[in-house]
Formats: sequence, C-alpha cells, structure tokens
Amino acid sequence: MILAFIEQRDGVIKKVSYEVVSKAVASGKITGEKVAAIFCGNEVSGIDNLAGYGLEKLYFMKNPDLNNYSSSAYSELVSKIANQISAKTVLFGNTAMGKDLAPRVAVKLSAGIITDCVELEVSSDSIKAIRPAFAGKARQVVSLRTPVKVFTLRPNVFKAETGSAGNLDIETITENSVNLASKVVSVKKSEGKLDVAEADIIVSGGRGLKEAANFNLIENLAEALGAAVGASRAVVDAGWRPHREQVGQTGKTVSPTLYVACGISGAIQHLAGMSSSKYIVAINKDKDAPIFSVADYGIAGDVFEIIPALTEELKKQSN
Amino acid sequence: MKIAVCVSHVPDTATKIKIGANNKEIEKTGVTFIINPYDEFAVEEAVRTKEKFGGDITIISIGDDQNKETIRKALAMGGDKGVLLKTAEALDSISVAKLLSEEIKAGGFHIVFMGKQSVDYDNSITGQLTAAMLDYNCISVCVSLSIEDSKVTAEREIEGGREVVETSLPVIITAQKGLNEPRYPSIKNIMDAKRKTIEDKPVTAGEISSEVIEMRLPQPKNPGRIIGTDKSAVPELVRLLKEEAKVI
Ligand SMILES: Cc1cc2nc3c(=O)[nH]c(=O)nc-3n(C[C@H](O)[C@H](O)[C@H](O)COP(=O)(O)OP(=O)(O)OC[C@H]3O[C@@H](n4cnc5c(N)ncnc54)[C@H](O)[C@@H]3O)c2cc1C
Ligand SMILES: Nc1ncnc2c1ncn2[C@@H]1O[C@H](COP(=O)(O)O)[C@@H](O)[C@H]1O
Repeated sequence: MILAFIEQRDGVIKKVSYEVVSKAVASGKITGEKVAAIFCGNEVSGIDNLAGYGLEKLYFMKNPDLNNYSSSAYSELVSKIANQISAKTVLFGNTAMGKDLAPRVAVKLSAGIITDCVELEVSSDSIKAIRPAFAGKARQVVSLRTPVKVFTLRPNVFKAETGSAGNLDIETITENSVNLASKVVSVKKSEGKLDVAEADIIVSGGRGLKEAANFNLIENLAEALGAAVGASRAVVDAGWRPHREQVGQTGKTVSPTLYVACGISGAIQHLAGMSSSKYIVAINKDKDAPIFSVADYGIAGDVFEIIPALTEELKKQSN
Repeated sequence: MKIAVCVSHVPDTATKIKIGANNKEIEKTGVTFIINPYDEFAVEEAVRTKEKFGGDITIISIGDDQNKETIRKALAMGGDKGVLLKTAEALDSISVAKLLSEEIKAGGFHIVFMGKQSVDYDNSITGQLTAAMLDYNCISVCVSLSIEDSKVTAEREIEGGREVVETSLPVIITAQKGLNEPRYPSIKNIMDAKRKTIEDKPVTAGEISSEVIEMRLPQPKNPGRIIGTDKSAVPELVRLLKEEAKVI
C-alpha cells in the first residue's frame, strides 16, 4: 500500500496535498499497489474533491484536539494507520508540517526517509528520488534500502492531476483521546499576506529599491499579479522587510511558476533559493548582473521606471 | 540544566559546487568549511539558556578532525566542552540521528539545540529524527523560546505565520533565523576556547538506510533574453508572459 498524508489547516486541505495524492495514485498504477490517504482534524471541507484525483480510500482521524497540529498526536495516528494497512511507501508534502511530521513517522515505522524530492522515479521494483542539495547547486539521486520508505515532496513541483473519479470510501475514526505531549495552542497569522513558500507567483525586491518605502512599488506589482512579496537578504538585514519574506539559502527555497526579481543582483545565495522557479523575470539596471544568467526574460533598466509601467500594463490588460 | 548543541561543518554558502570523482559527493578540496549558519542560532540559544538556568553546554559534532574547527567556534561562543563523534563514513540523516541520540542518551541532556537545516544536504530532519529515537519532545524551526520549570513554550515558523507550541522537557529545539542574534566571540573567548577539551570518540554507523546513486549539477538554464532597457519593453514582456510562458 501507498499512504499519502493530507495536510489541513483551518479545516481546509492544502494545495500540496492534491499533488501528493496525485503522485501516490500515479505510483500505485505503476507498482500495482493500492493507495490510501490519511488526515487528522475535526471539521474539514472539500474532502469529496479528493475523489477526483483517483483516490479510493481515506482515513479521517477525528478529534477536536486534532484541528491544530500536534507532532505527538499526528505521528502516532499516521504510524498506526500505516502499520495497519502495511504501507510500504508514505508520502508527505515538504511543508512546515510535513517536515516536522514525516521524520517522526519514519522513526516509528523504522523507515528510511528522503526529504524535499523534486522527482520520484517509480518503477515496479524501485523508487529513485531526485532532490536538490547544497541549496540547489547540486542534485542528488537517492534510493532507500529499508522495506518502508518515507518521502516528502516539494510543493508546486508535482502535478495535481484529476483523473477518473472513483468511489471514495471515507472511514472516519473518532479518536477519544490523543497524545498531546506537544501541542499547538494558537496560530499567529502574519497579516493577511500570501506566503512566498506557497505562492504561484512571487515579486521580489532587493537593494536596488533604495529604501524601504519604495517597496510599495513591489507591493503594487504583486497585487496586480496576485503574487506574494519576496525579498533579498540585503533588504531583510537592513530591516526593510521581515525575514519570512527572505528568499535564498538562509531564507526560503521557492519554486513558483513565475519569479520576478527587481533590483536584485543575483548573488549565489539568492539564486540558491529561487533558480528552480519555472519562469524568471529580472529587472536590473546592470545588464551584467548575475540574475540575468538565470532569467528567462530580462529588462536591463531602472526599477523606478519599469515596475510602475509593468503594473499599469497588467492592470490595463486585465480590465 | 544539562544542555547540548549539535553542530555541523558545512561548505561556505558562497562555494561553487563541483562534483567529486565518484559522482556521489562534492569535491571537497579547495572548499572553505564553516559552522552551519543555523547552528549559530542554536549555540546562542544554548548560551542564553545556561545564563538563565545555569548548567553546562556540550557541543557535539559528527565528522572528521576538520569538524573541530566548527566545535571550537561554538566553544568560543560559550560552549563548555566538545565531543567529536569521529567517522569518515558518508552518513545519512538517520545514521546521524542514531549516533547523536546515543550520545545524548548517555549524557542525559535536558535540552538539545540543533539548526533547523544543515546547508549542505538541506535535509531539515535531524532534530526531529533524533527526538523520535530518544522519545524526547521536539519543536522544529523555532523563532522564539521560553522555558519555565519543565514547561517549554515556543513559536515555530509555518507558511503564513507562526504556531505557538507547548511541550515539556526533555526537548530538542531546532533553530531558525530570528530566534536570536548570535554573539561575536571576543578575542579572549576565542583564546579561552583553545583550552577547552574536545573529546574524540570514534564511532561507526552500521548499515545506512539510503544509497546515493548519483550526484550531479542541475541542468543549466538556457540563457534568457534581455528584451529591452526601458519601459517600451514592458508590453512585449507582458505578451511573452501571456503567450509564450503562459504564466499569467
Ligand atoms: C551565509 C550567507 C547567507 C546568505 N543568504 C542569503 C539569502 O538567503 N538570500 C539572499 O538574497 N542573500 C543571501 N546572502 C547575501 C547575498 O550574498 C547578497 O549579499 C544579497 O543577496 C544581495 O542582495 P541584493 O541583490 O538585494 O543587493 P545587491 O547585491 O546590492 O544588488 C542590488 C542590485 O540592484 C541593482 N540596482 C540598483 N539600483 C537599481 C535601479 N534603480 N534599477 C534597477 N536595478 C537597480 C544593482 O545593479 C544591483 O544588481 C547570504 C550571504 C551569506 C554570507
Ligand atoms: N554531522 C552532524 N553533526 C552534528 N550535528 C549535525 C550533523 N548533521 C546535522 N546536524 C544537526 O542537525 C541539524 C539539521 O541538519 P539536517 O537535518 O541535516 O538539515 C543541523 O543544523 C545540526 O544541528
């Protein structure tokens, strides 16, 4: 069996979970294994959507204390089901929750684990994982020797493919008491902003913006594109932007569909965090800036001229 | 309080990576190694914890003699003694966690600090694995921490915000940037650190659960196009994004 972990926050299933389920279903077709998914929570909307991804079995571990994440409770429940169905492969999204949970589950299952996979080559008798290392400066091809294998999949890389909608059998298991040795007592949201780690489009600004106040140009462009705002370390260190927006080796690693770098030179530590984006646009007045070596499209011009014009053009075309 | 910090010795972040002759590892010659940047936050938090509760700090690293440089750096920041778990084997996260958990168990530590990620293989799981093996609690990717008696409250970074987590000692904390501002050791601290002991303990990992089949450089991107130098290029850029890339 293949088991896919579904992540919910606030009762809503995360996008990466559809990607994980799709990969589990596709792998099952190759290996001939059955696929099940599991999630922990209390009230969750949109479960039925999962049927559209070819999923046939879902374990819903239900308890009010499971609404928020708990590493102790979640890891016990996921391992319990994995054991019960003799899962040989367990897949997670490589998210804050997935990275915390997957290793604990792996230890409980005596499994090997490979994180942040960007490809899983599944054949009838082996699984090869491809993952970036050295902040994307190298790629490792790795396999596991253990009978049970755990992988976490980088968000936004695997396709969420709706297939033939099967009959989804949902088994709700009400847990009377769960292990809250470690529990989330509250969640503090950063003010209504889209997170770079989850965004499809990111508009990032660097020192070329000259001062913090000029980031309104970046914010306006981000709004026109429905994008998240990112930043280089130079501007985070200067206190212009919060660390959660930092992209790069000591910030976040992102792989959005579109990354727009404005006034960012493209230092190796910055490229490490964003060079796997599907499309990259660079706006920098220095035509020799290293950012252009990874950009698909570039404008070698002044951010103060280009960004407002680009924002205008996008708004004009969307009207 | 018995405090431990696990530190890894990693290539400087500015290093250009070359693949070694066996196609499984990086070429290490000519590469400068440093203390893993996240481990500096871990050491700093350990020192602050000791300042508050008393106790002593053991710095643990797995690797070869080169790792002593990184252990010394952590000792200069305020560690009391070092332990080098010495092996030249190529380890994976599970084997690193096994060796660390044996050392931590033997030392009976109440709190262990690690980095949220080692910027070499970027596995981001050693703390969680070690905690699971020891049956310690664990809070990963911490940006704030407070300890009262045996109660531990921490904030960990998640997508779009922070989770406030409550647990209890013994615990493993993995540090994210923002947890604190690591101190620069003074010359005196650096000199003092030279006199602190680093114990050598030869270890063997046993069977490794994973196998590196190959390591390679990523496919170089096709060089892109500079489509203009002023705002007259903007309509063309938008067209390309819509019609060629189809991303907006
Ligand atoms: C251990 C370590 C970890 C690091 N981690 C990270 C990380 O995670 N993320 C990260 O980003 N960096 C990281 N760095 C820092 C990195 O080396 C660079 O210093 C940083 O990325 C530079 O930021 P920047 O591109 O905004 O600034 P700069 O390098 O100063 O570049 C500014 C750019 O703006 C352009 N410019 C100026 N004015 C204009 C204008 N009017 N119009 C258009 N363009 C203009 C310039 O041509 C220049 O290319 C790290 C460094 C170290 C040592
Ligand atoms: N060889 C090692 N020796 C000691 N600690 C390590 C070692 N490798 C990893 N760690 C610790 O585990 C953390 C996370 O590493 P990783 O899971 O490899 O990304 C690091 O920041 C260190 O605190």
